[in-house]
Amino acid sequence: MAAGAAEHVSRTLADHLPILVVLAPFVAAPVAVVIGNRNAARTLAVLATVISLVASWLLLRQVVGGGYISYPIGGWPPPIGIEYRIDAANAFVLLLISAIGTVFLPYAFRSLDHEIPWRNHTLVYCCYLLCLSGLLGIVATGDGFNVFVFLEISSLSTYILVSQGCYRDKRALTAAYDYLIMGTIGAVFFVIGLGMLYMMTGTLNMADLADRIAAQGPNRTLLAAFAFIVVGVSLKVAIFPLHMWLPYAYSHAPSAVTVFLSATATKASIYVLLRFLFSVFQPEFVVATLTPQAVLLPLAIAAMVVMSFVAVFQTDLKRMLAYSSLAHVGYLLLGVALMNVDGLSATIIHLFNHGITKALLFMGAGALVLRVGSTFYDDIAGLGRSMPVMSAAMVIGGLSLVGVPGTAGFVSKWLLVQASFERGWTFAAVLVVASTLLTVVNMWRVFEVLYIRSPNPGSQRQSQPLTSAGGPAGRIADTTGDAPLMMLVPIWILAIACIWFGIDTGLTLGSAQVAAESLLSGSLGMADGAI
Amino acid sequence: MEMELGTFLTVETFLGLALVIPGAAAVGNLLLRRSPDLRDGMTFIAALLTFFSVVAVLGGLGTGSDAFGPDGLASGIGEDGQIRLIEVFPGLAIALHVEPLGLLFALIASGLWVVTHAYGVGYMRGNDEKHHTRFFACFSVAIMSTMGVAFAANMFTLFLFYEILTISTYPLVAHKGTPEAVSGSRTYLGVLLLTSICIQMPAIIWTWTTTGTLDFQPGGILDGHVTGWMVPLLLGLYAFGIGKAALMPFHRWLPAAMVAPTPVSALLHAVAVVKAGVFTMLKIGVYIFGIDLLARTGASEWLMWLAAWCILAASLVAMLQDNLKRRLAYSTVSQLSYITLGMALATSMGVVGGGLHIATHALGKITLFMCAGAIYVATHKTEISDMSGLGRAMPFTFGAFLIGALSIVGLPPLGGSWSKWLLIVGAADAGERLIIAVLLVSSILNVAYLLPLVGRGFFLKAHGPRTVPASPAGAGVSGNGGGLAPGTSGLREAPLLCWLPPAVTAAGCVILFFWAGTVRDFLLPLVTAG
Repeated sequence: MAAGAAEHVSRTLADHLPILVVLAPFVAAPVAVVIGNRNAARTLAVLATVISLVASWLLLRQVVGGGYISYPIGGWPPPIGIEYRIDAANAFVLLLISAIGTVFLPYAFRSLDHEIPWRNHTLVYCCYLLCLSGLLGIVATGDGFNVFVFLEISSLSTYILVSQGCYRDKRALTAAYDYLIMGTIGAVFFVIGLGMLYMMTGTLNMADLADRIAAQGPNRTLLAAFAFIVVGVSLKVAIFPLHMWLPYAYSHAPSAVTVFLSATATKASIYVLLRFLFSVFQPEFVVATLTPQAVLLPLAIAAMVVMSFVAVFQTDLKRMLAYSSLAHVGYLLLGVALMNVDGLSATIIHLFNHGITKALLFMGAGALVLRVGSTFYDDIAGLGRSMPVMSAAMVIGGLSLVGVPGTAGFVSKWLLVQASFERGWTFAAVLVVASTLLTVVNMWRVFEVLYIRSPNPGSQRQSQPLTSAGGPAGRIADTTGDAPLMMLVPIWILAIACIWFGIDTGLTLGSAQVAAESLLSGSLGMADGAI
Repeated sequence: MEMELGTFLTVETFLGLALVIPGAAAVGNLLLRRSPDLRDGMTFIAALLTFFSVVAVLGGLGTGSDAFGPDGLASGIGEDGQIRLIEVFPGLAIALHVEPLGLLFALIASGLWVVTHAYGVGYMRGNDEKHHTRFFACFSVAIMSTMGVAFAANMFTLFLFYEILTISTYPLVAHKGTPEAVSGSRTYLGVLLLTSICIQMPAIIWTWTTTGTLDFQPGGILDGHVTGWMVPLLLGLYAFGIGKAALMPFHRWLPAAMVAPTPVSALLHAVAVVKAGVFTMLKIGVYIFGIDLLARTGASEWLMWLAAWCILAASLVAMLQDNLKRRLAYSTVSQLSYITLGMALATSMGVVGGGLHIATHALGKITLFMCAGAIYVATHKTEISDMSGLGRAMPFTFGAFLIGALSIVGLPPLGGSWSKWLLIVGAADAGERLIIAVLLVSSILNVAYLLPLVGRGFFLKAHGPRTVPASPAGAGVSGNGGGLAPGTSGLREAPLLCWLPPAVTAAGCVILFFWAGTVRDFLLPLVTAG
């Protein structure tokens, strides 16, 4: 008792960072609903997100050199209690998610005002906070079942957020429903697999699971559990044949929601996949099941090439970007399939680089929605000239998506091609390049629509405010000229980040390499020991 | 002199300034967009300062054989001959260095920027073009990236600036916004981006994974790392990946780029962009593969024949063009292959001749392009068949054109004769008699497609009615040319700012003839070291 108290006293705020990251938005969400005021909800959202950002930055600084931080919830030591375990891999993803959240909020204020009636706003910010805390929780926790819980928290709030797009386009409801069904199937698969693991090992703590699985050696139940978990998470990641929900959800959700989801949701799921592949089931087990060569590689290639190709035929900017996201999931998977340090570094760094790039592009799309009410190429033609500052940032985002040197996208593409060469998979390098070719075609088309095509006189040049859709629409600014400052600042922060992380890779590459090494060594970096 | 400048004004500083000044000029252009005179004046001063910085780098190195160390690189820069700016990947930094070829290229590009800017101001104003600020800002960024290409210390840095150069010149090609400009710029960006990302980048990464370095080192870095069939394959990836060298079949972007305003064609598509391509070609030949490796394995032999074929084929295509700028563009495709040929010969004189040809062709071709622009400003004519008799009205323009053309042909006393001479010597060293024949035949073809315009301008009578908008080919640009009375009565010489710059560069062609020995000695460390 006395010892416990002493331990309690000795803990400072810095020791509680792992839980603080998740808890800040989690607590802010119900408080926002209780206060029930739109401005209070906004303020709380900003506060909670910034706290998470600072906390994840501090965490990353502690673990970037290797090792991990173990935080037992409520003082119950693992494997009995729930453990949060932060190493370079998840600290880096935490930073991405909370940073995107911070940059996204000012943008969202303006964009949501336009697209969602004010009476829903408090609840929307509450859902955002829950979604954020869910995503952060998925990443921070070291407990298998806890992953499931946070996965559901983030998913349920995401369904609601996507459905809010119905004020702009009724199809958002079916898109949200689609997502709900597919997401639930994924979650069920995941929990079935987890149940099997629990049945076999009697534990849910990931590190403990890893030890006991390794001690048992492969058997049929283990394989079944592995299959359930991989398929369940793959649904969430939207890996190629399980991807159908994503383009609908992304193109019909409110623009701001798409920004947030595209940069964070699939990224957190990819992280879960990495964790289970490399830390819970060890790399040797995964290789023995032939998953990398027989499953991940073909799917990665199919996603890279087919999805980029499908994107060529889209006539809606948001939809094109959604398909491009699916193609980029292919890049991420390819890095995993390579099973070497460079490949895995490429995956982890691409999580980040693609996150900021795609958030930037979707923000641009949202700014276009604000002006003309849609992102169809016919409607946004020629807007590059009337929205020069915003469009210039989109050009940077497009170049980064293509992977032009000097942008963030180039760094990850370089690593990926290099890793393919190292592994001796020249064909994979060739296909990455071929997929790049298709990306060039896609982005180029967008640039031409924005800059060179003349505005279409028949298009709906003015976005309809939401007054008719129920509730006051808020102040609708001038519907001509560039995007409002509240949008331009986040857009340009991301645009500068796209260039910055293309030149100074100290933070991103450093973290990614440490993370990749610790993942490949298996067992949640147990070799390194706690800090 | 150097001592007086103190510790701050070192070679490194000037090297940095050569990149920073054009970049700052681009920003300055955007800031000063409301006052055109101030903007253009500022850019002119920036161009002068850039040129001065490059000259200062040259001056700071010392003279003669002291300029470069025993390894052919400028010593005393940075820790080990490199200035590392920032490390992007472990062991792979954005870094600058100075070697003879890059210094020569930077000197030419920055020197001609001064001339072209003056010309550009005259052209853009005389022609009532729009969007001057965007134009000059992109131009400055293009020059900055050219400087980056010239001073890059490794292939990674070179690739970075190479791509910035592509992207910054795209708005310049699409400048007019007409359907032809749009489709031309589409071809331009398409070919250049696709070749560089899809062919060149894998080649670079391949080099990086096999050798563990991308530094430009005398004698090359690949020797001992790649063998057998991989050497020609890798060379092929580089040769076709460097789309800016316009090696067939990736040459179509160059004629397509001719829709750009003439100052762009002059500086960028006769000097900066295309020379960045062949410069890169020489760089990989000398510093990545190494001349010895190429000569020993014969890996570049196929490239030599391909280049020879390009020289002849592009010349023949050039003869079929009636549009003056397109004819010049195909002539450039042909001339660029001279430089690729010089590298592919894998002999010392071939490389030095190729390097010298960068200089001589730059001066000659920019003269021709500026003359084409001057003719357009004065008469709004673009087709050669409409240019009869113009020479008597525009003596300075046509005189400069004649000198530039003769330099391209390679007649003394013009600079072009020396580079062609050295290339022939290089071919003789390699024992390739057929290549010598190709070079000589090419000279005759040059005469056949360049000189008729001069003859037409000076000796033919202007055919009256045909200058009036009757010519459908030039219909899009008939402009005020259609309003003139038949004959030459209404024609005047182009504005001063349009004919003086080509006259200056034409004089440069003559001067280069007498300085060719100096330039050759300057380039020799390229092949004697390592």
